[in-house]
Amino acid sequence: MSQTDQKQPTPTSVEGPAGPPAQRRPDPAAALRPRSLTQNSIPWWVGLVVLAAAAVLGAALSALISFSIALWLIFTAVSYVIISYVVTRTRVNRRKATDGFWKNLVYLAFIVALLPLVSVIWSVVSVGVPGLLEPGFLASDMRGIDGSIDQQSQEEGTAVLGGIRHAMIGSLLITLTATLISVPIGLMTSIYLVEYSRGGTLARAITFFVDVMTGIPSIVAGLFGAAAMGWFLSTANSLGLPLPSRSTMGITAAVALSVLMIPVVVRTTEEMLRVVPNELREASYALGVRKWRTILKVVIPTAISGIAAGVTLAIARVIGETAPILVTAGFVVYTNWNMFQGWMTALPVYIYRQFQNPTSPNFSDPSHQRAWAAALVLILIVMGLNLIARIIAALFAPKKTGR
Amino acid sequence: MSKSITAKDLNVYYGDFLAVEGVNIEIAARSVTAFIGPSGCGKTTFLRSLNRMHEVLPGARVEGELLLDDDNIYAPGVDPVTVRTMVGMVFQRPNPFPTMSIRENVLAGYKLNGARLSRSRADEIVEEALRGANLWNEVKDRLDNPGSGLSGGQQQRLCIARTVAVKPDVILMDEPCSALDPISTLAIEDLIGELKQDYTIVIVTHNMQQAARVSEKTAFFNIAGTGKPGKMIEYDDTHVIFNNPSNEQTERYVSGKFG
Ligand SMILES: Nc1ncnc2c1ncn2[C@@H]1O[C@H](COP(=O)(O)OP(=O)(O)OP(=O)(O)O)[C@@H](O)[C@H]1O
Ligand SMILES: [Mg+2]
Repeated sequence: MSQTDQKQPTPTSVEGPAGPPAQRRPDPAAALRPRSLTQNSIPWWVGLVVLAAAAVLGAALSALISFSIALWLIFTAVSYVIISYVVTRTRVNRRKATDGFWKNLVYLAFIVALLPLVSVIWSVVSVGVPGLLEPGFLASDMRGIDGSIDQQSQEEGTAVLGGIRHAMIGSLLITLTATLISVPIGLMTSIYLVEYSRGGTLARAITFFVDVMTGIPSIVAGLFGAAAMGWFLSTANSLGLPLPSRSTMGITAAVALSVLMIPVVVRTTEEMLRVVPNELREASYALGVRKWRTILKVVIPTAISGIAAGVTLAIARVIGETAPILVTAGFVVYTNWNMFQGWMTALPVYIYRQFQNPTSPNFSDPSHQRAWAAALVLILIVMGLNLIARIIAALFAPKKTGR
Repeated sequence: MSKSITAKDLNVYYGDFLAVEGVNIEIAARSVTAFIGPSGCGKTTFLRSLNRMHEVLPGARVEGELLLDDDNIYAPGVDPVTVRTMVGMVFQRPNPFPTMSIRENVLAGYKLNGARLSRSRADEIVEEALRGANLWNEVKDRLDNPGSGLSGGQQQRLCIARTVAVKPDVILMDEPCSALDPISTLAIEDLIGELKQDYTIVIVTHNMQQAARVSEKTAFFNIAGTGKPGKMIEYDDTHVIFNNPSNEQTERYVSGKFG
């Protein structure tokens, strides 16, 4: 204490032997300080003027090459960035100009990142809506729809018949079953990882394999599902159990999708369980509550909103899978409600088939229309799932008021 | 309803690190005992070993004997969960369950253990515990609101209500007022004064006036240096510790000369 006391700077030690410096050198703070409060800003309308100028310049430049809206927008954006940099640099200062320049670049990058999403949604909606509005599109399957019907509707303009009822039911059943398989497994795995493992070898091995599973190509998952089910059924049959001998059915697809879903569920629920404060666990232990009850009644309810949202996102991820369903459940034109018998169609497979093998090879327009409409339905389902995830998250979130 | 605590040569470890060494203490039933000492000397560690909360942490363990009346809670075959139903704990930061209402928070000790209560019995327990924690009048009209919607001081009293609702024999409090304003602190100190009619209370505090106000006996803990184990230096009646302690370290600590 006494040592540091002696090292306290005194006025003379700061000023130095030559006396107070204020008289000889100007105060450096004065250079930074503006002389008026509005000196370093430009009026709000300048931005609009610059934008207008950039739009005109962009139009002129694009007209030089050959006018198109895309080209015009690109040139406008580039000239806006450049002009506003120059204006700020000359009117204000370099620091603000650089700041604005980077800000504009960030906005541009955001818009560029958004473009594909917007254009995908736009094209699917614009092409898909006519097919979706076709009467009976959602309520009928493809039974009895053959080339001659499609030829008739393309040549004579009659209504496009056939629909996606069977594909929607297939997608729904397969995804639901996959969820029922993977949520308990994934949830229990993450509970083990977070609550029980204490970072042992087994936990590290599980984490490693979950990471590997995240990267498995979906077609491999499909092949695995088909092979595993085939092996299981042949073993069961050789033991004389009354099980079907063909492995192509809905449940096989659900197994294949679970392979893709489980790692996602494990990862998201693990994150959610980890953020539950330890204090809550200890509060529960201190009341004489056993560990498994604490997990069941304190930890999971506290994390449930995140878990539910994670599960919904995992569903959204697998509902768009094509390849694994194609190789495990096949493809049919009629509605099949039975997960354990016969082939089944899912929406993505339906879209793929309608594009790749139109019902009438020479008159493919009706098939393409159906494919686009089905794609629109798929996008709507995925959007709906994301929305549901948000609603669930908000609904179950621990009530946070006050404090 | 209330039990005495006796520690015999208690060593508390985090893995290989000996955090608290050789504590011998006898705490009478229906009394308030304060633990004081500089930061890091092992007060929390020792307190958590009194209801076997210490071993919840990976690698943490305890050596020695700890008697609750005459039963060694570290004897082989003792279930830590049973110990914790007898020795309740209030934490430094209020931690009501965020998913539960005020009412459910008070009943947490029953509900989480799957006990079935009739509506009227549950109402009785809630009212009695909240009255015991001096919180009833403030919350009686909003028992179904979330517990996290209360002020910090009210939350802490809710946590005390939750602890007394299961009628333990001992209540441990780890700096229960450190996050609270003087008025809430006073409310909790008054509450401690009332609770000692029925419970054995052990309280860790950094506030020496508080220790002097609420406790009958005080234990002073100290640590020789970083990496060294904490030890109980002196344990005596509170007025002795604060007015003429026999140990020089205690003397310097309570008179504010170090720490
Ligand atoms: N989880 C832990 N793992 C390892 N060491 C720990 C852990 N918690 C505490 N310690 C160590 O044990 C010793 C005692 O800590 P403890 O928390 O009991 O101190 P304290 O007396 O409660 O201090 P404070 O007054 O600051 O709360 C310290 O050296 C601390 O670093
Ligand atoms: Mg502490």
